[in-house]
This record gives sequence, C-alpha cells and structure tokens, in this order.
Amino acid sequence: MIGFSWLAASCSADAPKGLTIPDEWFEINGFLKIGENGVVTIMSPNPEIGQNVKTSMPMIVAEELDVDWKNVLVEQAPLNTAIFNRQLAGGSDSIKQSWPGLRMAGASARNMLMEAAAKKWNVPVAEITTELGILYHKSSGKKASYGEVASAAAQLPVPKEVELKDLKDFKIIGTSRKNVDGFKIATGQPLFGLDYKKEGMLIAMIVHPPAFGMKLKSFDATEAKTKPGIKDVFQIKTYNDDYKPQWCDTTSFTELVAIVGNSTWEVMSARAYLKVEWEPFADYKIAMAGWGGDQMVSVPAGLESTTDHNAKMTAAAAKPGKIERRDGKPEEAFKKAAKIIERTYTAPFLAHTPMEPMNFFADVTADNAVLVGPIQSPEYMEKTLAARLGLPLEKIDIQMTRMGGGFGRRLYGHFMVEAALISQKMKAPVKLIYSREDEITFGIYRPAYHALYRAALDANNNLIAFHVKMGGVPENALHANRFPAGAVDNYLAESWAIESNISVGAMRAPGSNFNAVAEQSFLDEVAEAMGKDPIQFRLDLLKRAKENPVGKENDYDAARYAGVLELVREKSGWDNNSAGKNRGVAAYFCHSSYVANVVDLTVDNSTPVIQKVFAAIDCGIVVNPDAAINMTEGSIVDGIGQAMYGQLTFSKGQPDQDNFDSYRLIRHAEAPKAIEVHFVENEINPTGLGEPPYPPVMGALANALYKATGKRQYNQPFINNL
Amino acid sequence: MAKFNLKINRKAYQVDVDPSTPMLWVLREHLKLVGTKYGCGVAQCGACTIHVNGEAVRSCITFVSEVGNKEITTIEGLSEDGDHPVQKAWLEHDVAQCGYCQPGQIMTAVALLKKNPHPTDSEIEEAMSGNICRCGTYTRIKKAIHTAIDSK
Repeated sequence: MIGFSWLAASCSADAPKGLTIPDEWFEINGFLKIGENGVVTIMSPNPEIGQNVKTSMPMIVAEELDVDWKNVLVEQAPLNTAIFNRQLAGGSDSIKQSWPGLRMAGASARNMLMEAAAKKWNVPVAEITTELGILYHKSSGKKASYGEVASAAAQLPVPKEVELKDLKDFKIIGTSRKNVDGFKIATGQPLFGLDYKKEGMLIAMIVHPPAFGMKLKSFDATEAKTKPGIKDVFQIKTYNDDYKPQWCDTTSFTELVAIVGNSTWEVMSARAYLKVEWEPFADYKIAMAGWGGDQMVSVPAGLESTTDHNAKMTAAAAKPGKIERRDGKPEEAFKKAAKIIERTYTAPFLAHTPMEPMNFFADVTADNAVLVGPIQSPEYMEKTLAARLGLPLEKIDIQMTRMGGGFGRRLYGHFMVEAALISQKMKAPVKLIYSREDEITFGIYRPAYHALYRAALDANNNLIAFHVKMGGVPENALHANRFPAGAVDNYLAESWAIESNISVGAMRAPGSNFNAVAEQSFLDEVAEAMGKDPIQFRLDLLKRAKENPVGKENDYDAARYAGVLELVREKSGWDNNSAGKNRGVAAYFCHSSYVANVVDLTVDNSTPVIQKVFAAIDCGIVVNPDAAINMTEGSIVDGIGQAMYGQLTFSKGQPDQDNFDSYRLIRHAEAPKAIEVHFVENEINPTGLGEPPYPPVMGALANALYKATGKRQYNQPFINNL
Repeated sequence: MAKFNLKINRKAYQVDVDPSTPMLWVLREHLKLVGTKYGCGVAQCGACTIHVNGEAVRSCITFVSEVGNKEITTIEGLSEDGDHPVQKAWLEHDVAQCGYCQPGQIMTAVALLKKNPHPTDSEIEEAMSGNICRCGTYTRIKKAIHTAIDSK
C-alpha cells in the first residue's frame, strides 16, 4: 500500500458522453471527490471480476450522497487498507460487508456539504435539504449545487455520526443501472490486466512441472536463448524457505523456470525449446497460516491418477468418518427403520478457467514494487509479496484491473509473486502471461468430492433419520449445520478426506457447488419414496425446522428458505402447470442468500435441451436489479455447464485436459432457452449473489433429467451417464 | 523477421515481425489494438475473433503472413463511436459480466448478421457456439442479437 493519491488513481478517468470533467476536484472523503461543476467521482473499492460491484458499490455511495447517477464517474480504487475495508472478491461478501460503510461514506459527505452550505448562508444545518446534487434552504429560497460548496466542504472534519436515508426514500438502490464499463467493453478499450502496457515492458512466461508430484531438477536454455527476442532464462523460487504460506498461497510448483523476452509470441515460441528435467519429490509437511490459525498440511509424494482417487474414495466411504454433528440417536433409528434409502454421489476436480488467463505486471526496484493486474485478494497478496521481496507494505503499490473472470482462481496470487521476482531479476518492468494450458495444468482446483447419503423411513413412510458422510481429495464439502440438519430428529454428519499433492482451493460456492447437487438429488429421491411432492416435502421439513428446530447450531433461516421455495412454486406454476413437463426442483442456501430453482427440459436424441429455468431468490435488498438478474442467469448457465460437462482428470499426476478442446465448457447452444428470475421483496440488508445462484440449479437439473430419462444422476459430469 | 503491410480498420500499417506470428499478437502488442483477446490460442474459444474481408476468423491461428492485403476489422474498427447496431444492442441488454469475451462475441454476431440478416434461433445458436462466455451470458447475447436484427 502506498499513500493514497487521486492523481495516481484517476489516470483512467474519462467522462462518458455529455459529462464534462471539472477543472478542479475537491476530495470530500476517501470514497469520493466532487468537481466545481457538480460532477462526482466515486471510488469502487473492491476487485471487479464480473460480479458488477464496480457499478453497485458506487450506487450505494451515490444513494446516500443524494446525487443524480448520471453525474457520477466511477474509478477503481487501488489497494488502500487505510481507507477501504475488505478489498476482496470472495465469499459473495462485497456488498454484504460494505453496505454500512458505503452508506456512511455517502451520507457523511452529504452532511459535510450541508454544513458548508449552512455556513455559507448562515442558517442552521437542520434547515438544509438536498435533492439530486442540489442543496436547498427552503424558507429563504436559497439553493446551490454540490459543486459550488465542494471546496468549502472538503475543509470540514468528517462527521463521526450521520443519519442514513430511510429505505423508502431510495432513488438509486433498487433501480437498474448499467455496467459502468459497458461501453469500454463493447468497444474493446483496454481494461484488463492482459491489456496493461508500460514503456520498456518485457514479457515473461513460466515453465512448471508437467505433473503434480514432480519438482524441477535442472534445465538447459542454450537453444532457447538463441531464439529471436529472448532476453534471459532463469529459475525462480516463489517463497523463501522460512516463509509460512497463508491461505492465498500455493504449495504446488514453487520452483519454476522463467523465460523473458520482447514479445509474447517470441517468448511462447522459444519456450518450446527449453529442455527441462523434472524429478519426483518426497513426502513433506508444511505449516500454513490459515483462517483459523496455523495448520500443518501434509503433501504426499507420488503421481496420482483419477482411477486411484476413485478407488481410495470408495474405500474411505465404507469406513466410519469423523463425526461432525449428531442429533438424537441416528444409529438406533436406522436399525429400526422400515426402509433405508442409501445413495452415493461423486464429482470430479474442476479447473476455474476464467477467460482471461493468469497474468500480472510487475515493476520491482530495490526500493519499491508496483504491481498491476487481476487479483481477487490484493490485501493478502501484499503481505506475501512484502515477505518475499523484503519490502515494507507501504513500498508495495497494488493496482487492480478489471478481471476477465476469477471464480476463485485469482484468490491464489502466486503469479503476482512470480511476476515480481522476474521483474526484480531483470531490473525491468515485466508482464507475466500464462497460456491457457498453463492455467488449466497449474490449477488451484475444485477438489474431487464424494458423498454418501442415507435416509431412514418408518412403516408409515415418515423420515425418522438422516445421515450424510462426505469426503474428498484432499478436502470434503461437508456443511454439517445446514439443512436438513435442524429438521430431522435423528441426524448424523460425518467427514473424511484423502491426502493429495494436487493443489485445491475455493471455486465459486466452495463445497456448496457439490452439496447442492448431491443433497438436492437425494431429497428428491427420498420425497419420491415417501410419496410426497418434492416441494411440499422440503416445506414440511422447513416448517419443522422453523417451529421446533432440532439442535441450536442451524446455519439457515427456515422461513426465508421456505420463502424461495414458495415463490418458485408460484412462478413456475408447479402445482397446476407441471403436467407433461420434465421438471426438477432444488433449493439451497449458501453465502447468506437463498435460491430455489425449477428446471424444465426435453431430451432430444439423448441430448438434454433446457427449455426454461425459474429462479426465486432472497438476498435481501436488491441493489441493482437487472445486474442481479444477469448474475443469476450466468450462474444458472455456469451451474448447468459444470454439472453436465465439467471434468478434470489425472493420469500419473498430469491433468488429462489442458485447453478448451479437451476441457469442456458449456456453449451457447447448450444454454437454457429461457431463464426467469424473481426476487423476494423485503427490507433485509443485502447479501451477495456471485455464488448463491450457482449451486442449486445443478440439483434441479439432475431431478429434471430423472423425470425425462428415468435415470438418476449420481456422478458428475452428467454427460457421461445419459 | 519480415515486413508486412496490413490494412486494419481502414488504415495502413507496417509491422516487422516473424512471419509465423499470429494476427492476435500483432494486433495486441505491435499495434496496441487490445480489444482482440487471447483466450486459448487454439481457435476453441472465439475471444480473438476478427474480420478478414468481412468473415469472422480466429486471429490466434491466423498468421500475419497469410493476411496479405485483405481488409482486417477489429472491435476497435467496427464503428466510429461504438454505435454499430450490435454494439448498441449489447449495451441496451447490458450483456457483459466480466466482459472479456464480449468483443469476440460481438465480432462473431456482426459477421453472422452480415451473411444472414434474419437468422433463426438455431442459426444464432450454431453461429455463436464457437465463442465461449465463461460467465454464462448466452441468454443475453441471444436477446441482444435479436434486438440488433430488429433495429435494422
């Protein structure tokens, strides 16, 4: 972090048509500045990965500031922990966590403008009102634009306490505003990390081990160095030996070969002439600084294959797991059950594959480091960089570019460190670029998951016990306190995991992106066995959880959960318009928001055609409705794509897929023909939408496929089992 | 290295590059036209789509030496003020999420409508299926294409 500077931050400022850049800006607080002509610039603090916070966060500031949105310019803030809180893209938490702070930033600036006007007119501040960027003193008929008093307001102290607007007075929040970068996107202007350029900048690529379980042995760059445009080839080591990695660091491939040259094509071409030898590494343990304190991570030796993983998972699931929650007497209930339903679900590793491959610009000198590029976790990566470069935090300047997607991959910023080390060695500004193959084969993947579900029914087909045992390589997806925990008297949740040297991390709705498929498919099957309507079955369980919950540690609000199911039932015409349709339903709660889906599909020559998807969502106040619908539509398409086609497999430590010809993503023709999104209207503080609409659609899809084909889907990707 | 004279967005350019250099990197690094994106390098994702004599091609597998004096159009040259009917439709539907693939999507859509001004839904789906949108904006892309068709 460096000292905050509007000069540095405003280099990207250019006004849309019809808006005049003022001659002078007056900084009211760290979030906003106002020009003498009343034009306002609002900083967007958080990284933008396509979740549209660069529009919605400034909307919240503008609302409380009480300005006309068409007079607002938006700039991406650099990392600045002194002003901004939690500059992270993750956990669907940007809006939820910043809601009070963004409102305060706008309201306190408005307050300062009112103070300045009151002083100017010599009237009590309580008599000043505002509307769309104009200050009024009604009884004297005086009025002034924000621009006219901005200079005086900027001199005033920032008030500690201010009154916030009543929700009913909102003029911007709750109305659809277009993406502030929309025009630049549609006209191909530079926005992304890969588009960033600096005079004299070199291009770098890395070579990483071809397989997990391998490390660098030696390399011979003699031939590569003779190729045109090549400057140097050398080894880099991502972390110092005594460094304790944090959650956003990686344990994989920390010794690399770097190749540097004048242009991307020259470097890509010459890279093929590098002769690199690799060798297997031995087991090791590493202490990592995690969210809940330090933890020892065991990294086993070996070249792992998907077939071995599957055999190990099947064996592990047959043994008792670690008990994570037990309500009542589940073991006894299963013993006396009239009927037991037991099903196993699996899902493979997945790669994130954001469309913009990993890249970063670095300009590192002895005294400071400037880094520009796509990163979801700048605040954390600054600490990693400071430790590696031996620089204090204030000598590291991180500027965030718009990201061509992230999905969690850019939380793990080893590529920033690599870029910095290459720049340091070259004593020159450098942009590191990963190829698509680098991105897929050097992943921080979604783990491979396994789940065993059991339900016990009594002689009258009542659900008397529920058991979930979840495992994975190298992590499991269990959320022991989520539904249906709290709704069943006898409940048991167990977990297990198998060690692996394949690096994994968060991918969009971590854990939930498997749970929702497995659990919601299983509940559909249980409802069928009980002879109940699948929506009514879930509502009955939620009624129990609301009125007489089992246990105290239940992670969800049963009434809001039921609310989205009721809404999707109504909007899809579930009760009276389902005849002849292949429909599936699912609902899931994660990252503080509730989502229910109904999927309608047909099957044409064993190819599913998704005719329509309904979504009902409770995320509290919806800040930017059309953008929220867009995010939901995208999540639905993504969810269908991952469940239907997503799969990364390994042979002897090596990923079997390395580009989009082998790693299959959903394409235009495979997307739903129509998507209809509905929000529950309430006045609850907003929660996020980047993740919650992604998991449940996969369960609804599985249940609709069953209706169409008579076949249940137990193993992802579904395309393998149709 | 060799010199190549190129006609891009109605302007003449000369570049001195290896003949095997894909147009993608010539545009992005030598001519600073970065609207054409790198996504896969193997003609699988469509992020690098440009027009050569009005046809949509993947610039990541189009060598600079193959282009000759053909007319090249990139997203930057599609319109003077970003007001091509397809660009306008994209803005009207606020299609983008991350936005990275959208220049390629727009270029493919423009080429489609040039050849077939009134495509059916299945013709749109077929033409657009070479362009991946990882954010999943396909339903909006289709709506925007319909708006562009109707605006002509």
